[in-house]
Amino acid sequence: MSDTPNVVTGDFEALTVEPPAADESQPSTTEERRREIHDIWVAGTEEPSWVRQATDEGSQEMLVAGADQAIAIQEGIVVSDDYVLEDDSAADERQVLNMGPQHPSTHGVLRLHLELEGETIRRVKPIIGYLHTGMEKTAETLTYLQGGTNVTRMDYLSPFHVELVFSLAVEQLLGVEIPPRGQAIRLLLTELNRVSSHLIWLATQGMDIGAISMMLYGFRERELCLAFFEKVTGLRMNHNFIRPGGVAADLPDGWEDDVEVLLEKIPVGIGEYEELLTENPIFLDRTVGVGVITPEECKAYGVTGPPARAAGLAWDLRKVFPYCGIEQYEFDVPVGRHGDVYDRYLVRMEEMRQSLRIVRQLLETMPAGDYRSDDRKITPPPRKRIDESMEALIHHFKLFTEGFKVPAGETYRSIESPRGELGVYLVADGRSRPWRLHVRAPSFNHVQALPVMMTDTLIADCVATLASMDPVLGDVDR
Amino acid sequence: MTEHDHPAAGPPAPDGAGPVDAVLSELMVLFPEASLERFEPVAGPVQDIVHVAPADYLDLVTAARNAGFDTFVDLCAVDYLRRDPRFEVVVVLGSMELRRRLRIRVGIGGSPPAIPTITWVFPGANFYEREAFDLYGISFDDHPDLTRILLPDDWVGHPMRKDASVGSVPVQFKGAPEAP
Repeated sequence: MSDTPNVVTGDFEALTVEPPAADESQPSTTEERRREIHDIWVAGTEEPSWVRQATDEGSQEMLVAGADQAIAIQEGIVVSDDYVLEDDSAADERQVLNMGPQHPSTHGVLRLHLELEGETIRRVKPIIGYLHTGMEKTAETLTYLQGGTNVTRMDYLSPFHVELVFSLAVEQLLGVEIPPRGQAIRLLLTELNRVSSHLIWLATQGMDIGAISMMLYGFRERELCLAFFEKVTGLRMNHNFIRPGGVAADLPDGWEDDVEVLLEKIPVGIGEYEELLTENPIFLDRTVGVGVITPEECKAYGVTGPPARAAGLAWDLRKVFPYCGIEQYEFDVPVGRHGDVYDRYLVRMEEMRQSLRIVRQLLETMPAGDYRSDDRKITPPPRKRIDESMEALIHHFKLFTEGFKVPAGETYRSIESPRGELGVYLVADGRSRPWRLHVRAPSFNHVQALPVMMTDTLIADCVATLASMDPVLGDVDR
Repeated sequence: MTEHDHPAAGPPAPDGAGPVDAVLSELMVLFPEASLERFEPVAGPVQDIVHVAPADYLDLVTAARNAGFDTFVDLCAVDYLRRDPRFEVVVVLGSMELRRRLRIRVGIGGSPPAIPTITWVFPGANFYEREAFDLYGISFDDHPDLTRILLPDDWVGHPMRKDASVGSVPVQFKGAPEAP
């Protein structure tokens, strides 16, 4: 022992723990104890020493009503521990916990069926379908022009991406090319959408593990993005702005100034959040080494996007299968190493910066020209032409009543959405409605892979893992 | 509708072939009855499509995984209604090393349409096969948990089939009450 005096008592002897000496006054039977406790509570006599020893908090109601076992546990004679199980009682000791579909941390109407042993999750079964509205069936009844209004509601946090992948698939079968300005506008909107979607993720991830203020901060910066979207498309969400053949309209006057403001304010916000979280000991405790998934598991389960990159797979569809001319712009793909929640956080934070870097380049090099294809069989004629040309009027009428026809064929097209690989499998039969439209939703795979990450981990980490996968239930259930 | 009129050709010519073609032609040698098709769109990656019979399907998926297509991407069903076989299951596999995608299309007839599961090869196919079962009634043999996934358990029928009606609820539009 060193010579430093004890700060509390100044006395080393007080710290030594000795077994309680046998007390003559201690009652021997439970019945006597009950009577004595009754006296203490009802008659107000001074409590004897053994009651104070029983628990730190003093005597409790349980001692009055409890059986021998409960009293023994209170006194510390019998150790009660959920982890210690008899060999044959494991199945009986499992507790089934139903989480959701109305749980605030499930990011929608996801339901998790958790089997617990003590605080350890032994089995997870995600149960989905609470938001299923048959959108793929609906898509078969809508023309290609109307289809955008349907698909944009699937992943409601990144509507531009779903519109874009749907348009790209249709354009592949049509064989049309989009003018550079149309492609640049598409990229501008999708990359800003990536930022706004990641901000929602940051807000909810923070809130789910106790950093409530992140919820307010994340929504604050996202609001700037949504205000810009509203200015461009007229709507904050579900825009139906990216359409087969290009985009619905040109960018509004003064859009450069608005984007400039975004580029100025959002990085400041991101920097503040990194300052709050990146080295925060509580945040580190809750995220490092939690919800780990390996690269092999990512491949087998089809996990893509930030969770796969955090696991160390350098795979970004913007680099591998570029779309809309994104290969002309410089950006880096952040890759993690450990595949845990913390690496997913680092990857997403850097992705936001990289997306803003693309937006900066788009702002500086926005090409002039038309914002949509001039193929009048696909895109409506300019309003002016309708007054002058009979043909334009016919085209306009045919487009909005019957829709354009897409040659028979089938294709699979995918892009990098904020959540991962977002794909569309489209079968056309030569008419103006798709024969089959299947959306390969990244969230669907991520929800499916939850058991891989959650099995044999603590229930306290369940919410952190779930939030880090960033599932959107509209995307899962469609 | 694209019919099954693709040329029943064997593996593509090996001359001037990249690593992908080498892998694919090796794969096609193993399955002489399968046929390879290539779709090169104006924009976007080249798409390799393999048509295979249900009997060879599981073996082909396993061989493709061993040949380097080790990433599960997508699985969905299509109902072609008036074609024989009526249903088709489309699997998309990916290879991160080759940077390519392989689409496997397998036609399924019969009632109920049945096909072996690939869940044991790619665990990620589990939910997708349940979805195809739920919406199209395709039975995946040997699947660990072939139950409805999106629809309620007591749902009758398979709504994505082309002979399933979209359904409607009759709504009677009445004139708005006139202002006094």
